[in-house]
Amino acid sequence: MSLDRVARERLVRALAAAVIEHADELTSLDQAIGDGDHGLNMKRGFEAVLAALPDLADKSLPDMLKAIGMTLVMKVGGASGPLVGTFFMELGKALPEQPSRPDLVAATDKAIEAVKARGRSEAGQKTLLDVLVPVHVVLAGGGDARAIAAEAAQAADRTTPMLAIRGRASFLGERSIGHMDPGSRSASLLIGAAVEILEFEVNP
Amino acid sequence: MSNVGIVIVSHSPKIAEGAADMVRQMVGDAVPLAWTGGDVDGGLGTNVAGILEAIETAWSPAGVAILVDLGGAETNSEMAVEMLSEDRRARVLVCNAPVVEGAVIAATESSGGSSLAAVKRSAEEFYA
Repeated sequence: MSLDRVARERLVRALAAAVIEHADELTSLDQAIGDGDHGLNMKRGFEAVLAALPDLADKSLPDMLKAIGMTLVMKVGGASGPLVGTFFMELGKALPEQPSRPDLVAATDKAIEAVKARGRSEAGQKTLLDVLVPVHVVLAGGGDARAIAAEAAQAADRTTPMLAIRGRASFLGERSIGHMDPGSRSASLLIGAAVEILEFEVNP
Repeated sequence: MSNVGIVIVSHSPKIAEGAADMVRQMVGDAVPLAWTGGDVDGGLGTNVAGILEAIETAWSPAGVAILVDLGGAETNSEMAVEMLSEDRRARVLVCNAPVVEGAVIAATESSGGSSLAAVKRSAEEFYA
């Protein structure tokens, strides 16, 4: 997987666009079972990320990811800022400058563990982990871009019938059932945007 | 002054400020105190930079106890603590207690010269 400066900038713009264009949808999802700030919070964070271009793309891939993570931590707010920000920061810490596919599998595994620790959460609690964990399985199993994006979208859908155990939605108990988890949706949007830019060989 | 500092973190700046007023009523200036609330745009929420600033304001060699209202405040506070220098990091604790009551109890305990661990324990045990 080769990510030159042009590709890095395309990646940043794609990630930001995916969130910003869907901000209203994320807000609606969060209004149903949370405090309704997820769309605006994520939009604010990724607008700040966009504002850091072009310098951001001048950095190496690891440094760029760490900088994106720190920006999200500082700007997003809510629990999403530290969670999504931690994911990017840990990814940056674990990846070499020109990662192979096994590098990416190992780094995303570390980043997911860090998100679990930050949220004191596991998959199955109706959070972004319910997208990250199954998508990692597909990535580790050699899935191509299409398979990864499809799993991300389906995994977000699978949070709809789940009972929320973590986050503001858990206050609703059984009433959290029947609504998609907003954090899962934003995670699936980010993953979908990322795999469109990145090149995945079908065979790992 | 080497009493344990108290930081109040609420999603609402009004709640954070009001809780700080209640603390002051109880302990006056005997305890270092700071409050923060709201997201970076001033809406309801919490932000790491504001929390870091509050820790700085309420800093004490005896350490700082942070009181938070809801999950996001807790997660952002933990993030802020991790961003502190290593020598300070171990001297800041997030309390698992209701924000208003916890702040008043923690500050009262602190005003008597108790350790950070005792301040945290008193806030957490009062409503446990």
